[in-house]
Amino acid sequence: MKIKQISVFLENRKGRLYEICSLLGEAGINIRALTIAETETFGVLRMVVDKPAQAAELFRKHHVTVNQTDVVAVEVPDTPGGLANVLKILSDQNVNVEYMYGFVKKFSEKALLVFRFDDPARAHQVLMAAGVTVIGEKDITGL
Amino acid sequence: MDIRFWNQEIETLAQKDLRQLQLTRLRELIGYAMKTPFYHKRLKKAGISSPEDIQDLEDLQKIPFTVKDDLRQAFPKGLLAVDMEQVVRIHSSSGTTGIPTVIYYTAKDLDRWTDLLARGIVATGAGPADVFQNMMSYGLFTGGLGLHYGAERVGLTVIPVGGGNTQRQLQLMRDFKTSVLHITPSYLLHIHQRMPEFRISPADLNLKKAWMGAEPHSENTRLKLQELYGIDIYNSYGLSEMNGPGVAFECAYKKDLHVWEDGYIIEIIDPATGKVLPEGQEGEVVFTNLIRHAMPLLRYRTRDLAFLHPEPCPCGRTGRRMSRITGRTDDMMIINGVNVFPSQIEEILMSIPEVGNNYQIHLTRKEGLDRLAVKVEIYSKLFTGDLSQLDALKAKINDKLRASITINSRIELHEPGALPAFEGKAKRVVDERDKL
Repeated sequence: MKIKQISVFLENRKGRLYEICSLLGEAGINIRALTIAETETFGVLRMVVDKPAQAAELFRKHHVTVNQTDVVAVEVPDTPGGLANVLKILSDQNVNVEYMYGFVKKFSEKALLVFRFDDPARAHQVLMAAGVTVIGEKDITGL
Repeated sequence: MDIRFWNQEIETLAQKDLRQLQLTRLRELIGYAMKTPFYHKRLKKAGISSPEDIQDLEDLQKIPFTVKDDLRQAFPKGLLAVDMEQVVRIHSSSGTTGIPTVIYYTAKDLDRWTDLLARGIVATGAGPADVFQNMMSYGLFTGGLGLHYGAERVGLTVIPVGGGNTQRQLQLMRDFKTSVLHITPSYLLHIHQRMPEFRISPADLNLKKAWMGAEPHSENTRLKLQELYGIDIYNSYGLSEMNGPGVAFECAYKKDLHVWEDGYIIEIIDPATGKVLPEGQEGEVVFTNLIRHAMPLLRYRTRDLAFLHPEPCPCGRTGRRMSRITGRTDDMMIINGVNVFPSQIEEILMSIPEVGNNYQIHLTRKEGLDRLAVKVEIYSKLFTGDLSQLDALKAKINDKLRASITINSRIELHEPGALPAFEGKAKRVVDERDKL
């Protein structure tokens, strides 16, 4: 069960992140999770939003450089070692995590994390088999 | 003043005799030129089919100009006047359209060129007792090898180190008591700025003089560098089309550069009309290479702006002196001594699919060295969202640029539409370097 992540290319310019976020705000699109990967001269803003297709369309219309990527949202017990246990399952099955980040808000007793895997389909299989809850697109929209 | 000559007879030849010698050599050169497909066609069109059609030096003006693009069009052998068996060396530069320009030399051509370099070396007072550290690039660039052979002919001890690696340069200067350098002004300045780092000061060294070329610089820069090092600095001028360095060299008086007029005919023209200008007026420098038979070049437009001094030099040399290069008639940039056209950079950028439409070339100077930054817009449709893709793109652009222009650049990625769209050439290049 993959969900869509929106990636936006951000050049290193004052006010650019604000412009991107206000576009979403004005369109009534809610950011659920986000992270920024940055280098010296540019960054990539990655986020999970409640309406990914709409967000991508909106950005394209405003000439923002955007791409959609498949990621997996995973429920992780909010206890010491919770994340480590999930990572062990993946590691044991040789599933590689490219990067991960957390949701902005907690929706249950559990923490919700976004994973980017080199092979999302297999990661999903592995997680399901181990009884880890994976959140789908509909769940995100309804959150 | 200690005035020395390598070949006093030729160097002080009376003007009248010098012109006669030029005419003899020009007619001989026409014979070689007629053997090349390029000039055969071009000279016939201009009504010249044999050396006899050149009666005096004025007749030179019947010959159309040759430009850089002609060299590209004639690539690889359209300007070759001898059998490849007679060619002993090739120098080459990368071209703006992807077609390089190539220069061929016979053994005799190299011999004549080397002799001109020997003259320049001796004119600055250097001799067999000197240890010469050649800090210009070797290889396809003519700057390194040219002075190398000239210095060997005069009998200097040559250290063929080439450019770069400041620490090693300083070590060599100290270990071998280097007395003469061949270097660009920016690198000479850079080395001085880094000396404290290696706990060396000019006083620890045996430097006496430097030959400085490949980059335009002002008299103030020369004076400043002379003071910083406590040495004498002499200007050197050349270009690969005219064999390489040693087309003109300063003498002990350091009052601009003597052109070796038995080797080259110099004309100063109005770049707009092509008319030859009166002596003393600034214009585009045009050279005819009288000493290279493998690849004749007649009335080659250098795109360099300069003027000729009409007054004779107290040193006694009769070759007229040309000024420093005061500018260019095209958009060529000189980056750490390397000639680069914006179009070369554009060509590379536009060959990379992930690069968008606009780019900007940014030049700055830090610690005496030129820094090149290339700002490019990314092409949205090929953006994958991966940081590693963008890092790889930056590396790819830099690698491809370095392969073409031999210079490392800092690549900056921008969003589409972020860079100024181009209306004119001026905006593509932002040069923030202080005048050297």
